[in-house]
Amino acid sequence: MGFEQIIFYLFATALIMSAVSVVTVRNPVLAALFLIAAFFSSSAIWIMLEAEFLGVVLVLVYVGAVMVLFLFVIMMLDINTDLLREGFMRYLPIGLLIAVVIAAEMILVMMSKVFDKPIPAPLPANHSNTEALGEVLYTQYVYPFEIAAVILLVAIVAAIVLAHRKRPINTKSQKPGEQVRVKSSDRLRIIKMDAEKRAGS
Amino acid sequence: MDTLTAIWGSVPEFLQTFIIILLKIVAILLPLILAVAYTTYAERKVIGYMQVRLGPNRVGPKGWLQPIADVVKLMFKEVIVPSQANRFVFLLAPVIALAPAFVAWSVIPFSNTMILADINVGLLFILAITSLDVFGIILAGWASNSKYAILSAMRAGAQVVSYEIAMGFALVGVLMFAGSLNLNEIVKAQSGGITQWFAWPLFGLLVVFFIAGVAETNRAPFDVAEGESEIVAGFHVEYSGMAFALFFLGEYANMLMVSVIAAILFCGGWLSPFEGVDWLINLPYVGVLFGHGVHWLLLKTAFFIFLYLWFRATFPRYRYDQIMRLGWKVLIPVTLVYIFAEGIYIGWKMWQASHGGGLT
Repeated sequence: MGFEQIIFYLFATALIMSAVSVVTVRNPVLAALFLIAAFFSSSAIWIMLEAEFLGVVLVLVYVGAVMVLFLFVIMMLDINTDLLREGFMRYLPIGLLIAVVIAAEMILVMMSKVFDKPIPAPLPANHSNTEALGEVLYTQYVYPFEIAAVILLVAIVAAIVLAHRKRPINTKSQKPGEQVRVKSSDRLRIIKMDAEKRAGS
Repeated sequence: MDTLTAIWGSVPEFLQTFIIILLKIVAILLPLILAVAYTTYAERKVIGYMQVRLGPNRVGPKGWLQPIADVVKLMFKEVIVPSQANRFVFLLAPVIALAPAFVAWSVIPFSNTMILADINVGLLFILAITSLDVFGIILAGWASNSKYAILSAMRAGAQVVSYEIAMGFALVGVLMFAGSLNLNEIVKAQSGGITQWFAWPLFGLLVVFFIAGVAETNRAPFDVAEGESEIVAGFHVEYSGMAFALFFLGEYANMLMVSVIAAILFCGGWLSPFEGVDWLINLPYVGVLFGHGVHWLLLKTAFFIFLYLWFRATFPRYRYDQIMRLGWKVLIPVTLVYIFAEGIYIGWKMWQASHGGGLT
């Protein structure tokens, strides 16, 4: 067994175990942590498949940004796990049905002819996955890529508009921009005046 | 010697790879930990002199053994786990804070050949790994079961996530000029002496990068995560002994990391600034010092570390909302404009090259 295989089995085991733990662990914060571990191991497997750009971006975007916000939300919410567990038996048949459907679909996809081709030879060490991806994205698929970017932008703006609360007009709030620009002459007036004599002396 | 090679030959191949990699890791980590220890000493000395006092000068000659004494003290202190704290996460958090700070060093080119992992996506890798640092702080804040700690975790999380964007954009500018994500390629793209450094055309991005780096590492003047005037010590208020020491180690390793990255991306890494000045390099004995080598990287890194300490000694702490304003409303627009201008410049160069120069 080579070095690569050992590493692969190490990460694959870690991935499966942490993915199972995400569902079985009782503490939601621990579940989020296991999700991070799952992302991390799958990104390691991607890197072993010579998709180093995607692997690193997975860590950068999902672990570094999305999961941070996820953890925030979980920590802020007071999740009552007992309430969530209610009606477990009632929903069990539906859950099982969905699980069976997904499993069947995955097996069908895996058995299709698409994956039925020889393993490609490993690319040379200096092959840059990032460059290849960038070239395809900005030449062959430039319009779909840009349309996707615009749709994302629209989604961002829409989310902000939906979540933005109109404050009453007279609400007082700090404006850090103005506060930064303030000068001492705006706040402090130095008055020159002669000393006054104390009465009676 | 023969017996040694025989023993080495009998070791299975995958173990050989494993042992060699481990030895390389040790060769990076040991000097790094020593550097961290003496950065704390340098910090206390530099700030001491800036404030007209002496700094530590009692342990060993001129206080040189002070870091060792600190380490020994921290090692013998008790690690106290607060009641009602989540014990597992509480003890995991310092490890998570420390590990990324060390992992990122694996892709740093110390010289043309001294690289542990010469990967194609080195720059992205560093960005991804440093984005993990914040988990240590967030988890520590949550697991401590303390209001101060959770407030600090919120602050640190929001701050780091926002400054990561400005930092990423600053790096985009560098990779547009270098045309590669490989750190060693970026260094080589700056060869040709001090005038070829990216620091000159990209000076604005260097400033943005370093400000973002200071904010990312939660150092003064952006250290609201541990602002002792408001929230005692922030996320590590409940930590003691070695658990606290790990946070400390991670913070300083991250400082070193940001400084090294700044040196590599903007100041030519291990390249000598005197490249092309042949009479200096051909000098007997001392000429080697003016050639390329790891000592230049260390020197440039030391300069950025000094900037860190200088900032801490001179700037008052930012208010929290002003930090967020600086990140979102000042630094990000600045980098966007810079990248746009740079894109036009590169496009013009390419157009010129394809038309054989001259606007005919």
